[in-house]
Amino acid sequence: MADGLLKLQGIEKRFGPVDVLRGVDLEIAPAEAVGLIGDNGAGKSTLVKILAGVYAPSGGTIAFEGSQVRFGSPLDARAAGIEVIYQDLALCEDLDVTANVFLGREPRKRFGPFLWLDRRAMRAEAGRVLERLGIELSPARMAGELSGGQRQLVAVARALEFSPRLLLMDEPTAALSNEKIHHLLNLVATLKERGVAVLLISHRFTDIIELCDRVIAMRDGKISAEIRPQSHRSTPEMMAEMQAALSGELPGAS
Amino acid sequence: MSSAAAPPAPSPTDPGRPSDPGEFFKLAYKRLSESIGAIGVGLLLVLLLEIVFFSLQSEFFLDWANFKNIGRAMTIIGIAAIGQTVVIIAGGFDLSVGSVMAAAGILSAFLINHGTPFALAIAAALGLGLIIGFFNGSIVAYLRINPLIATLATLSIVRGLAFVITSGQAEVISNETYLSVGTGSVFGIPTVVVLLIVLFLAVGFILPRTRFGRYAYAIGSNTRASRLSGIRVPRWQLCFYGLSGLLAAVAGCVTVARTGTAEPSANITAELEVITAVILGGASLAGGRGRLFGTFLGLAVLAILANGLILMGVASYWQQVVKGAVLLIAVVWDELRRTRRDVD
Repeated sequence: MADGLLKLQGIEKRFGPVDVLRGVDLEIAPAEAVGLIGDNGAGKSTLVKILAGVYAPSGGTIAFEGSQVRFGSPLDARAAGIEVIYQDLALCEDLDVTANVFLGREPRKRFGPFLWLDRRAMRAEAGRVLERLGIELSPARMAGELSGGQRQLVAVARALEFSPRLLLMDEPTAALSNEKIHHLLNLVATLKERGVAVLLISHRFTDIIELCDRVIAMRDGKISAEIRPQSHRSTPEMMAEMQAALSGELPGAS
Repeated sequence: MSSAAAPPAPSPTDPGRPSDPGEFFKLAYKRLSESIGAIGVGLLLVLLLEIVFFSLQSEFFLDWANFKNIGRAMTIIGIAAIGQTVVIIAGGFDLSVGSVMAAAGILSAFLINHGTPFALAIAAALGLGLIIGFFNGSIVAYLRINPLIATLATLSIVRGLAFVITSGQAEVISNETYLSVGTGSVFGIPTVVVLLIVLFLAVGFILPRTRFGRYAYAIGSNTRASRLSGIRVPRWQLCFYGLSGLLAAVAGCVTVARTGTAEPSANITAELEVITAVILGGASLAGGRGRLFGTFLGLAVLAILANGLILMGVASYWQQVVKGAVLLIAVVWDELRRTRRDVD
């Protein structure tokens, strides 16, 4: 992994007296899918929020595409090529699908002294990205009217509209039926083929085994184990090993 | 349209045309509610009922002069309601508008009476409104104080200062230009009504076409999602409250132009009427929902109600009771709409 896409070194995060992250080292290569498991409070979501530019780390360095980065806001992270799909999807229910896809990064055009939303371009482009992802949904629908599965797809479309290099997914399948989960995982697999790296947080080990090249377990704000699926190993064995990593029975592999 | 005896099934060659009156109304309702919302349709009906009722009650109601009165009565509350609509869409609340009106009016009158040119005095008054708005916005956005409490404090501070600075005295103005804004008309329409309509159209044009408007809806709909997608929420909240303060100042100057005096007690409790109009117009206290056109209709419903009651000779104490009742109905309606949405 000489040319890693993302390289975290000694990432720390404190909230007041609480050490949530205590020196996280993590590398992700282009087109690599990494699963992240850990109990509640292990620090997974905090790690994602640091990568997403929501929190600034208290210590440690982040290198992205070979250069040191410091994200001051979610916009910085998105501009660098990191998109996030949050567990609750973070959609605005009172806005339509188009507005949600472009939220925070609306294309604008100058007319007179002011910049105006380029509504026509947004509508057309939202239609295109939905079609490309095989999503049958009118871009004019209100997000509040959509089913859970449809909202999920809108969140995916929003993340992919801006061609990310790294996609962070925090429990993306929590609210989905099995069929919808399959659709989503297929979608992510095609992204991976196109060179997008994925960091997937999930409680569903089956999703992780299906998608990921490598699994990282977190415990008490640190990486506690790394599991590489080997071809000879069966799914139940893999599940058992992940379970063991969570309960701290495995010595750190990394 | 085909006769009532025609078969109920629409002809296959002409599916768009309704075949009986019931269908026709359903279709008309659908089209209308798509463009102005179900609330807009409801308000239009209420407006129509009011007009029919009051024109039967009073021979003076359907008079051009009376309509000019209604329009004039709408301006002060209406101009402030534009800014309030934006703030409420963004999930906020601005109780300070009545006080800002008084303060801005006093500043403009004081400056003009001390020899400041008209335009400069107005600019200073509007600047004051903008600054108070930014002050509200920064307390809400950066100190994360509940907007109800924050702007209640501003309401009290600004009103109090207005009394302190003027020692409770009214400032009478004699500036011709200023007074002519209040009394003049453009093509037979009172200047202040033209101003109201222009401001409604301008902000109504801006809302769906700029980040300013879109982020008001986004932040009101889901503040967290807005922040996570990179919207600088506090900065925009500052802008929304700034607009509310600015427009309240405009309303304050209109008050002075119409009455010829600036009093520290002017527009007391105006904020309640402003908020009544906005909520009645369909903006949701939960944020994320509302239309300027709805606010305009809510405003018209209230203004016609007040005007009609006066023409009917109903005592002004009763008018206050009716206004309060209308506010209650509007808020309960908002609550019912919200809970129904949660059930879905």
